[in-house]
Amino acid sequence: MANTYIQIGSTVTVGVLGAASMDFTSIPSTYTDLVLKISARSNYIGVVETCNLQINGITTTTYPTRYIQGDGSAASSATSNISASFPLGVVTGNTATSSVFGSVDIYLANYGNASDYQSASADSVSENNATTSYARISGGLWQNNAAITSISIFPYLGTLWSQYTTASLYGIKSS
Amino acid sequence: MADTKIVVNCETGEVSEIELTADEVAQRATDAAAYAKAKADEDKAAADKATAKAALLAKLGITADEAALLA
Repeated sequence: MANTYIQIGSTVTVGVLGAASMDFTSIPSTYTDLVLKISARSNYIGVVETCNLQINGITTTTYPTRYIQGDGSAASSATSNISASFPLGVVTGNTATSSVFGSVDIYLANYGNASDYQSASADSVSENNATTSYARISGGLWQNNAAITSISIFPYLGTLWSQYTTASLYGIKSS
Repeated sequence: MADTKIVVNCETGEVSEIELTADEVAQRATDAAAYAKAKADEDKAAADKATAKAALLAKLGITADEAALLA
């Protein structure tokens, strides 16, 4: 990792009972951008799950999101206007091949800006040790003029992240 | 045991496992319903598009691979 990436807090690892969300609070304003690196699997009864990102605990601001996705045989795109969170990133659900997780990288540029809306972008892949697997690129806009001070990561369709799901937060300085 | 969330306080470094409050549980239920509806709408839109595409290809008398050559 480049020396401009500095880990903030510690890596979250979900225990045997699962976790409804992984939250980073009191995020310092001393960096330019934020990066989240996530390895996740949920208890959703399905092969593919979506990773949600909520900012500052706010559920009343629309988080418009658009993605393009490939599954090994076809490409697709979609938009979302859910008011409570960004549906960023594909990961694995509970009926995916055992012990496989999806990976998500989320970039939050200029997160300390308290004058304009905040943007988010994500690269993600699910994994199933099978022919069909998903790769997705997502982009979203948090329609709120506030600096980002806390982040919550939770499953879109399931209720819990599974054991060994992890999340790490990094700050990036412009120089 | 109630569902818990893992919270990292980035200022102090403290990691806590905290039970969800009743309000948080209720909000999660509301959000889950919204997500399920959004997923269903997305799936229906994709299915409708696939159906319309198949109908158009049949009308034109060409395969999907032949249609891709036109792009």
